[in-house]
Amino acid sequence: MIEIHNIHKTFNGTKVLDGISGNFESGKMNMLLGASGTGKSVLLKCIVGLVKPDLGSITYDGRIFANNKLDIKQEIRRKIGMLFQGSALFDSMTVSENVEFPLRMLSDMNRTDRLDRVQFCLKRVGLENAGNKMPSELSGGMKKRVGIARAIAPHCTYLFCDEPNSGLDPLTAITIDELIKEITLEYDITTIVVTHDMNSVLEYGDNVMFLYKGKKLWEGHSSTIMDTNVKELNDFIFSNRLMRDAKKVEQIEEEERQEEERHEEEQNRSDR
Amino acid sequence: MKTFGAFLLFLSSLLKRGESPRILFNRTIDEAILIGIDSVFIVAVVSTFIGAVTCVQISYNLTNALIPRSTIGFMVREMTILELAPTITSIVLAGKVGSSIAGGLGTMRITEQVDALEVMGINSASYLVLPKILAAFLVFPMLVITAMFLSIMGGYLAGSLSGALSGQEYITGLRSDFISWNITFALIKSLVFAFLVAAISSYQGYFTEGGALEVGRASTKAVTNSVIAILIADFVCAQLLL
Ligand SMILES: Nc1ncnc2c1ncn2[C@@H]1O[C@H](COP(=O)(O)OP(=O)(O)O)[C@@H](O)[C@H]1O
Ligand SMILES: [Mg+2]
Repeated sequence: MIEIHNIHKTFNGTKVLDGISGNFESGKMNMLLGASGTGKSVLLKCIVGLVKPDLGSITYDGRIFANNKLDIKQEIRRKIGMLFQGSALFDSMTVSENVEFPLRMLSDMNRTDRLDRVQFCLKRVGLENAGNKMPSELSGGMKKRVGIARAIAPHCTYLFCDEPNSGLDPLTAITIDELIKEITLEYDITTIVVTHDMNSVLEYGDNVMFLYKGKKLWEGHSSTIMDTNVKELNDFIFSNRLMRDAKKVEQIEEEERQEEERHEEEQNRSDR
Repeated sequence: MKTFGAFLLFLSSLLKRGESPRILFNRTIDEAILIGIDSVFIVAVVSTFIGAVTCVQISYNLTNALIPRSTIGFMVREMTILELAPTITSIVLAGKVGSSIAGGLGTMRITEQVDALEVMGINSASYLVLPKILAAFLVFPMLVITAMFLSIMGGYLAGSLSGALSGQEYITGLRSDFISWNITFALIKSLVFAFLVAAISSYQGYFTEGGALEVGRASTKAVTNSVIAILIADFVCAQLLL
């Protein structure tokens, strides 16, 4: 579990994160939801230590992750896997070398073990035959898969994904979300996914945190998100016409159901 | 001044939390091969022609019949070793190597590859930049020596083809009053220039912010700043060491 407490961050006078606290549980898809520019990526970068928060604390399974404790920080970092928005594959290396890279740098595995692990991870993401390709030869979805393989290669305990399905066609987007969810459950990883996609949230999210202009406005299980009465979240969810229609359909169905129930009750009463 | 301070901080960050010597060694060799192969052709072309032009121009200016023609060979040698080979080569390399270093690092920065290294707990500055500087230390002197040789060859060819002086005279000139310190001086200069080009270009690339446009801008800035630094350092070296 990752806990964050009262995270603040200001860039050149603009407040980007304004006191965010929360917990991210293991074996769950923890989602950070929000519109563009609300500070989701900055929050994620604060959590992994790429950006130093002005104030606030971050603990990984009870261990404080802070700049002044370099050895603990390094130790935690070895358990972090991250999937970047643009995949961030090393473009001078082949796919296999990319996945092998964290093993080569951070573990004392020998070469055969490393290559086994690389093959295993590539297979896990469905790319066992792409090992010798260069990143520039891959499609967006394949790059994300390699990014996932590279993130999980060193047996990560924490997985961070920044908009894993942005820029992908809907079908590929779903398979990437699905893969992340499967891996999370399979290895009991604490996964944090940044997204602005309501489909992912409803389909694959467990705990959801809604950010709006650097503040956390809503938090809860994804199954309850449609019932929210937070205005900004409602606006966000129903900014999408499909969602609006879905809600309408839901309302109509609900009304019909109530109508039927009333009908049945009346019948029951008249029967008696 | 503030930039200079940031530059020094950047340099000191290169030495913190380094990777194992084996990784550093391998990365340095990789980078050196890259820089070397990338630049050897352009350095060869430029230095050969510089030698040829120097020879022709000196012979054009040397009209006094009392001065022996072999002086041309002597002067080509002196100019090449002291100034042209180390400085012109380094300026050419600033264009070739500097822009590729800054462009490469800038691209890695904006595509979050640098962040990816940092998340893994790797000191991205020392992992990426230190091998480039060491590789430049290795490659610059080699290319400068190649340039000296080719430049003198260029002078020989130009001299004998244009009929300004015979090959025999040229060689007599080359062999007169040789001061071996001049070669040492040129090599010291090439090390200084190597450091300047690699470090300045890395600094420009490493701190790129924004998108593709900024990467291009960082490359241009890397080249101009490196060239200016080379010229200033050239002057300082001449003052201190000659
Ligand atoms: N390194 C930075 N320097 C200055 N401003 C930044 C930096 N990183 C992000 N910001 C600003 O912080 C805000 C939130 O950005 P971000 O977290 O990327 O949004 P998103 O929720 O879309 O991921 C944006 O207005 C952005 O301009
Ligand atoms: Mg973002």
